[in-house]
Amino acid sequence: MNSVANTIQAVPLNHYILLSALIFSIGVMGVLLRRNAIIIFMSVELMLNSVNLLLTAFSVYRGDAAGQVFVFFIMALAAAEVAVGLAIIVMIYRNTNSIDINVLNRLKW
Amino acid sequence: MSTFYFIAFLSIFFSILVISAKNPVHSILYLILTFFTFTIHYILMNAQFLAVVNFIVYMGAILVLFLYTLMLINLNKESEPVKPFMVKLAAVFGAGILAVALVSSLKVLTHTSDPVVLKNPNLGLVKNLGKVLFNEFLLPFEVSSVLLLSAMVGAVLLATKEKEPKPTI
Repeated sequence: MNSVANTIQAVPLNHYILLSALIFSIGVMGVLLRRNAIIIFMSVELMLNSVNLLLTAFSVYRGDAAGQVFVFFIMALAAAEVAVGLAIIVMIYRNTNSIDINVLNRLKW
Repeated sequence: MSTFYFIAFLSIFFSILVISAKNPVHSILYLILTFFTFTIHYILMNAQFLAVVNFIVYMGAILVLFLYTLMLINLNKESEPVKPFMVKLAAVFGAGILAVALVSSLKVLTHTSDPVVLKNPNLGLVKNLGKVLFNEFLLPFEVSSVLLLSAMVGAVLLATKEKEPKPTI
């Protein structure tokens, strides 16, 4: 176990923040770029995961276990969100025969 | 140390593939690979509980849910029409600006560049996290159970077909 713990010791915290920022931006780009509702959902999952990774890194850095507990709560929240969201997508597909989000402009004023 | 950079490169590579793959099934498979690299990150930080939970919940439950939804939805290639080029350019530009803003705001924080040292080796173990979870965070834990229950009820309610169409007003 010490060998695993020693592996991480040389990585600066900045690089974790950099990695999480890049993956979060990739998730934002996916939301803006695609029109398939499922892929947009997957991009949201990507963003949630980058935040989880950063919370864990800060938790290890500060030696505080509360960050990892928060990651656990975020995972429970993501599971609930995905269940409801995918049910909504299935219902939309049943009504409009498409999962293109541009079809959903009926909510527009 | 070089393990981290290799895995970080793989994370970014696969997450780019997730949003750029044409076929949604390929996209989901790349997302599984991305989550696997996140699990390796957790193991490297010795957060064993989170590694196992990430493996089971994300790669096991959530992505199977995605795959089942894709299976329910009849996907054909031309179901996703391409956006116009200017909109794509604007999307890439906006996300790039967000990335630049996040990275450049990182440059201000010079004092956070000291390495991530695992002060307490059993920080992320189940025993330690369980003590914190059931002492300080007992109320949020119970509330999250209510959240999951309501999500389950909502999903079942949304996804079931209505027997007869209700009269619309």
